Amino acid sequence: MTARTLFEKIWDDHVVTGDDPALLYVDLHLVHEVTSPQAFAGLEQAGRKVRRPDLTLATVDHAIPTTSRSLGIRDPQSKKQVDALRQNTDKHGITFFGLDDPRQGIVHVVGPENGYTQPGMVIVCGDSHTSTHGAFGALAFGIGTSEVEHVLATQTLWQKRPKTMAVEFDGSLPQGVTAKDLILGMIAQLGVGGGVGHVIEYRGEAIRGLSMEERMTICNMSIEGGARAGMIAPDETTFEYLQGRPRAPKGGAWEAAVEHWSQLPTDPDAAFDTTHRIDAASLVPHVSWGINPGQTAPITSTVPDPDQFTDPIVKDSVVRALKYMDLRPGTPFVDITVDHVFLGSCTNGRIEDLRTAAQVVAGKRVAKGVNAVVVPGSMQVKAQAEKEGLADIFQSAGFSWREAGCSSCLAMNDDVIPAGERCASTSNRNFEGRQGRGARTHLLSPAMAAAAAVAGHLVDVRDWS
Amino acid sequence: MRPVSEVKGTMVPLPQADVDTDQIIPKQFLTRTERTGYGAFLFYDWATTSDGAPSSDFFTNDPNRAGAKVLIAGRNFGCGSSREHAVWAIQDWGFDAVIAPSFGDIFRNNSVNVGLLAVELPEPDVARLQDIAKDPNASIRIDLETQVVEAEDFVFEFDIDPGVRERLLAGLDPIGLTLQEDAAISEYESRRPAWMS
Repeated sequence: MTARTLFEKIWDDHVVTGDDPALLYVDLHLVHEVTSPQAFAGLEQAGRKVRRPDLTLATVDHAIPTTSRSLGIRDPQSKKQVDALRQNTDKHGITFFGLDDPRQGIVHVVGPENGYTQPGMVIVCGDSHTSTHGAFGALAFGIGTSEVEHVLATQTLWQKRPKTMAVEFDGSLPQGVTAKDLILGMIAQLGVGGGVGHVIEYRGEAIRGLSMEERMTICNMSIEGGARAGMIAPDETTFEYLQGRPRAPKGGAWEAAVEHWSQLPTDPDAAFDTTHRIDAASLVPHVSWGINPGQTAPITSTVPDPDQFTDPIVKDSVVRALKYMDLRPGTPFVDITVDHVFLGSCTNGRIEDLRTAAQVVAGKRVAKGVNAVVVPGSMQVKAQAEKEGLADIFQSAGFSWREAGCSSCLAMNDDVIPAGERCASTSNRNFEGRQGRGARTHLLSPAMAAAAAVAGHLVDVRDWS
Repeated sequence: MRPVSEVKGTMVPLPQADVDTDQIIPKQFLTRTERTGYGAFLFYDWATTSDGAPSSDFFTNDPNRAGAKVLIAGRNFGCGSSREHAVWAIQDWGFDAVIAPSFGDIFRNNSVNVGLLAVELPEPDVARLQDIAKDPNASIRIDLETQVVEAEDFVFEFDIDPGVRERLLAGLDPIGLTLQEDAAISEYESRRPAWMS
């Protein structure tokens, strides 16, 4: 047998028919309120059924409020969307973690924490951050609404075979440098189009040393590098995380599954179409300064000058970014003041993220004039944080403590950053208007965001005491 | 889905790189549960001032650009969010095709699924088209059958995945086609490991 990569093994395992494109079987289909109503309507119109409701899981996250659940949903359109998902899941017998369910949360937090996400699976969702689930050694990617309808009806998808890319992270991460800095650093180097057409496998010593939640942060942002998906080979860390979770295999099935999963990592002689190497040991904390995640730099540097870019298209994009962000070339990043701090999202809304941030703010106060908000990634993360006393730490420091959802990551609910104001955000996108029309986003790690909340400006968290 | 074989008409240039789907259709329009009616919100934040009035310098408000059929975009067009609403908005506004040096992967797939022709050409060819498209009356013709783009005296050949081409030309319903594979899908399901089911 020829040597194969992790991706190739999963691909080969899932071909129902065809070659390129191949018809791939989907093991887990995650559904949320925003990209599914038209798919269910299409199904209805054609008189089709959901083929495998048992392999489908739905929750609400994108447009729901993060204020007390007892207040309900004020926005009539969002309410209609959430109601539609409840009706659609009821009708088709799909498990639904609704607003009143203690398991509700961001779809990419909920899947892993309940054991739905497992190695070797093909996982899809009408959401580009589906790449998150690749952290388990799954092939996971975002799809559009027409494809959601296709998967609902057939449990399969026609896919062109993507190219493979290895990103090797050598060395281990230095103190104060996190998974978020690692992925931001990579995107800064490869660019937002660097991964187009590829599935990335993250490899190397720095990756092996990461927890599952840190691995999810990395894979989550694969799409910000343009990649179709990102993945990390399953290992003991993966199995330890999964064992005992509600949906994970039990007893003899667990043993069989682990044996299969242990065969998945890339064979030593397997070849990738492209390989990049990044020295993780020399990475420093990163922060974005522009209007796409590739416009990111070390916190120790300054706002770039458009004249340092030779490609006219890139230069034009830098000019546009600095105008939108209201930044002057040469300004040290640590001198940039912030009005808002958002801790949350499918990138950094998990319990470890909240622990790290709480450690930074413990015993301190949010700077005067800064609006700091914590939105746990799921209701289970929220409950755990409350149990551990993290919620008290945040609230004593002056943070607002919310219910789970996507919130200010894309500001589809009321958590909108006002025009002209600046937000240090642990989310994944700094696109124009992403957090609110005219709002200015700086992407960074939870520790860096927490420190910025206390200081009132961006800081190098390595200098924090 | 209606078949696509030829797109003919005028063009709109939008040269900047990495235009994400948040720009194409901002999030405030994603709570709608319909598939239609997004054209009025295409590039909303660029097309309007902060008080909602039309921005005079944006193409969607320029009467000379009304009725254009082809958007000439920059590299990595449609990156970011998977929202199919982006292709619905482009199509609903009136475009039948987008030409760019490269596309976001999900955007490209979404285009095929709604019959919006996404044509990839090398960067210098797209730059040439950007230039020609400055004239709102300049016309372009894309022939999917022969895989050529014609504008002024230029003829550019383009590559497209044969399966995609066939689907667009025939206007096939992919779900209907896949359902014909029902036996193969059932057979696959019978082989799935027990712990997965």
